[in-house]
Amino acid sequence: MSGAHAAQHPKLQHHFDNLEQQFEASALGMWLFLVTEILFFGGLFTAYMIYRLSYPEAFAEASHELDIVLGGVNTAVLIGSSLTMAMAVWSAQLGRRSGQMLFLALTIVLGLVFLGIKAVEYGHKFEHGLVPGPNFRFEGRDPLHSQLFFSLYFVMTGLHAVHMIVGIGIMAVLFAMAYRGRFTKAYHTPVEVSGLYWHFVDIVWIFLFPLLYLIDRHGPVVH
Amino acid sequence: MTDHAIAAGANGGEMQGATHLVPLRVYFTIFAVLMALTAITVTVSYFDLGPFNTVVAIVIAVTKMMLVVLYFMHVRYSSRLTWAVVAGGFFWLALLLFMTLADYITRGPGWLRYG
Repeated sequence: MSGAHAAQHPKLQHHFDNLEQQFEASALGMWLFLVTEILFFGGLFTAYMIYRLSYPEAFAEASHELDIVLGGVNTAVLIGSSLTMAMAVWSAQLGRRSGQMLFLALTIVLGLVFLGIKAVEYGHKFEHGLVPGPNFRFEGRDPLHSQLFFSLYFVMTGLHAVHMIVGIGIMAVLFAMAYRGRFTKAYHTPVEVSGLYWHFVDIVWIFLFPLLYLIDRHGPVVH
Repeated sequence: MTDHAIAAGANGGEMQGATHLVPLRVYFTIFAVLMALTAITVTVSYFDLGPFNTVVAIVIAVTKMMLVVLYFMHVRYSSRLTWAVVAGGFFWLALLLFMTLADYITRGPGWLRYG
């Protein structure tokens, strides 16, 4: 080999000056996508805000149907998965293949645990007729507007769950790449950038949990 | 234009410059704080603080988000450009929430009741 390209890293694309700049561009691209995700979920949170302020009692009553233990455990599971994801990135930064594989696998497992618990919760709601539609039955004071809560519950947690499934798929691909030794100290952009996506999905849940599960838990709603 | 040899040599075997190696104990500390804040938010929800229940829940959620964004997502160690994009995203959301609320609140008395 000769010339200026003798020591060039194979992953460095020609339109970037160096790997640092290339990584920065990739991360920025992912952040721009995450901003569109803020738009995506933001619309749902806005709808939630307006309808909760419009029908506070109906929302509080409906919220009490959610299992606070399962929701809390799921919150802990996702926070844990963000920790394992950060450690996967850390392992990638140090070029440690076994660490990458371990923490990516743990992240996947925690993600699956989350989805499993969500499936249990959804099953419970199907059984108790809390799914909006012709079979909706809710013994509350304002079932019409409690149904609104459940609509938002299913759409928001459902959309979040879809993001989790995609995230788990991405982690599986990363695991395969890590297994093949694709990530080194010099180049591990896919791990970092996927980590950003995973943490974002965790942040969405960080807001979903208190807003859906913790409305007026301090006693009967009396007016 | 750039001397690829020098640039590549500087980065070839080294860590990607923009990605700070955050010490593990920082990650563990942030994790512990996030878990503690989760426990707090659940506990506080069982006390009647009137409209402040929601305020406290949101404040705690925002704090947790900031910790994840700054440390797990490395924004604390990122460029100003990244900061600007992240801040821009949340600023847009604040506008959406605020302006939609402004619409409803100005539709006349009686819409907002403290349930």
